[in-house]
Amino acid sequence: MSWSKRLIPYWLLGPGLLWLVFFFVVPMYFMGELALYSGSLTTGGFEFTWAFENFPDALSGHTEQILRSFFYAGTATVLALLIGYPLAYAIAFRSGRFKTLMLFAVIAPFFTTYLIRTIAWKTILSDDSPLVSVLQTLSLTPGDGRVLATSGAVIAGLTYNFLPFMILPLYANLERLDLRLVEAAKDLYSSPRTAFLKVTLPLTMPGIVAGVLLTFIPAFGDYINAQLLGGTGQAMIGNVIQSLYLNQRDYPEAAALSFLMMALILAVVLLYIRFAGTEAFMGDEDDAEGAK
Amino acid sequence: MSAPARAWSWLRRNGLPIYAGLAVLYMLIPIIVVAVFSFGETPKGKLTFALDNGFTLEYWRTMLDIPELNDALWTSVRLAAFATVISTAIGTAMAIALVRHRFHGKRLANLLIVIPMATPEVVIGASLLSMFIYYSFALGLTTLLIAHVMFSISFVVVVVRSRLIGFDRNLEEAAADLGASPLTTFRTVTLPLLAPGIVSAALLAFALSIDDFVISNFNSGTTVTFPLYVYGVSLRGIPVQVNALATLLFLIAVVAVAIVLIQQRRAERMAAVRPDAEPGGPIPLPGTAAAQ
Repeated sequence: MSWSKRLIPYWLLGPGLLWLVFFFVVPMYFMGELALYSGSLTTGGFEFTWAFENFPDALSGHTEQILRSFFYAGTATVLALLIGYPLAYAIAFRSGRFKTLMLFAVIAPFFTTYLIRTIAWKTILSDDSPLVSVLQTLSLTPGDGRVLATSGAVIAGLTYNFLPFMILPLYANLERLDLRLVEAAKDLYSSPRTAFLKVTLPLTMPGIVAGVLLTFIPAFGDYINAQLLGGTGQAMIGNVIQSLYLNQRDYPEAAALSFLMMALILAVVLLYIRFAGTEAFMGDEDDAEGAK
Repeated sequence: MSAPARAWSWLRRNGLPIYAGLAVLYMLIPIIVVAVFSFGETPKGKLTFALDNGFTLEYWRTMLDIPELNDALWTSVRLAAFATVISTAIGTAMAIALVRHRFHGKRLANLLIVIPMATPEVVIGASLLSMFIYYSFALGLTTLLIAHVMFSISFVVVVVRSRLIGFDRNLEEAAADLGASPLTTFRTVTLPLLAPGIVSAALLAFALSIDDFVISNFNSGTTVTFPLYVYGVSLRGIPVQVNALATLLFLIAVVAVAIVLIQQRRAERMAAVRPDAEPGGPIPLPGTAAAQ
């Protein structure tokens, strides 16, 4: 192959890769550097001092919000799996001619602004809403009878908003499931339950792992749900980062905190990619053209 | 069979469809609430459950009568249009390079495309802001455009790539055999066949851009986009016109997706695409493309 031909892929990739390097990778570097500054805006600005203590300080100062983020995002992910798996299963195998319609319902939320959807939940969970009075009658609300500004409201919002990210990879996985394997299990006298636990579930594990990652990561970093549906006692780590950056302008601490969040998530994602490849995110094998 | 046993067996047969139906309803509730409320007469023009005030088309009529809302919407549309054109162009080029060419560093390029999709928005917003602070870069439409193109690129690559993988290369070879130059082949065969994928990618980029709140919140300066406007007024009570507008935008999105879907089906019927390669649907999100 000639040199000029060999360079074609680099010319095609160039603009996009440069954009991602300059506006994704390089900003991460600056965030890391900003995390090592000390000082404050009121005492004459920030100075680069290799202030590594910012990292432990950021963690110890916000342990509560960090633990809460793990708890909220974890609960929301489990709930999304419990709602999403049966739904994905029903769409894949039991929906018949309603398949397209049901898939559409799953992505329909994306056609309405995220913020407006969450505000709609705020209305649905507000004190004068019929749903809340039903819950009150059933004594399912906490002491003061309010739903809004509780952990439950934030978790419900997170579950709702990230549910499609759980359902879609699960559906994609279930759709490719070879039903003959389940039939074979039944032919060999396994109960429906055993067949599910020993055949269906293990075969759909990649979809479950992908769905869990794609739900947990954005839920962990989210701050809209906690802001709109929670009260003062429901702040998550995203709320802290947002407020430190935009309101208090304590950039070093904010940068340290979000740098740690990025490091944690990068570690998880790279570990996942190492074992499962980029399929969950890219949609197919790494070397798709290699198969041809 | 006793009554409880009959009830149990009925539940076992119909439990899954009922559960799936409820889950679908859950996905649609906020959208229905937003639409219904856009017709409800409200005393102070604010959202409450006092729907008994009557039905009105007032808010649909006065949809475009709030100047700040109009400005914000116009800013968002312009921003989304620019971001879509840029990210679709460079993302498509990247997808072509990744599927059609062999080159060193493909793994790294894949990683660079995947990781932004797995990064919480708050981290992307915070890191970009860190860089803009470092260079004392004025926040505004330019920084928003940089950010929006950045987070759209990966999604464009995923969508176009999935289309390219299910592509019958024999057609291109046929064109070449008939004496078409590579450029003519690309223009008259490749591009038209790829068009539905590119349109899906552009729609997705547009939707992502017009919906983005978190990253924009960090990098907007004093510029107000549609989600930023909604957030601003949500603290005081949202004008009902926002509901009417959101419902209208939802309907537009549904129609746009339906058109793309029909176009895609038509393109497939032309047998240009391998029959086993279903495109990832109208808005392939991370993970969905795995349906390929």
